[in-house]
Amino acid sequence: MGRSLKKGPYIDDKLFRKIMKQQQDGSRDPIKTWARRCTIVPEFVGHTFMVHNGKMFNKVYITEDMVGHKLGEFSPTRTFRGHSGGRKGK
Amino acid sequence: MPRIAGIDVPNDKPVWIALTYVHGIGPYLSRQILKEAQISDTIRAKDLTDDELSRISGIIDRNYVIEGQLRRQVSQDIARLRDIGCYRGLRHRRGLPVRGQSTRSNARTRKGPRKTVAGKKGVKEMRS
Repeated sequence: MGRSLKKGPYIDDKLFRKIMKQQQDGSRDPIKTWARRCTIVPEFVGHTFMVHNGKMFNKVYITEDMVGHKLGEFSPTRTFRGHSGGRKGK
Repeated sequence: MPRIAGIDVPNDKPVWIALTYVHGIGPYLSRQILKEAQISDTIRAKDLTDDELSRISGIIDRNYVIEGQLRRQVSQDIARLRDIGCYRGLRHRRGLPVRGQSTRSNARTRKGPRKTVAGKKGVKEMRS
């Protein structure tokens, strides 16, 4: 179910403040974050995040198309390398 | 046979059903359109007058995305998901269910016909 419009998108407060700070001093260093549930807002475009997937951090560069999605959507939490014994191999 | 929205030629069913032959118009929209055009939805499509036909297509043109344009829009949306590398896009790429359905069993609509794995437990019983 979608989120109530009354509340607006969920944005991780600390992360947002970090972005604002970065925008002021113009740096674009990757920001390590665990806030997978944070919605990507237009202010994030052009920044790079290191999004935790439970094990390591995946680098995510935010483009305009990604606005409205959550950070976690870009950092898969599962690995599937195929079943054993598959000779055909996709 | 009447032509509605370009190429589509629905038959001599009630208008309300005939309209649903257009890609992008289902039972709900069909009723809405006829209501707006003030046409009874039980008359047959072939009995529509030219005036009624043009009213219907006028309403469709103004308010709704249908047929080729709709198909293009949908595939563009999917292409966008693929491009940005989000979870839903990955599922589309792999041909797996996108909305969190279980894939342990079933999910055949997305996965297609079963690919039986030789040597896997239960294959011999299935064959015999």
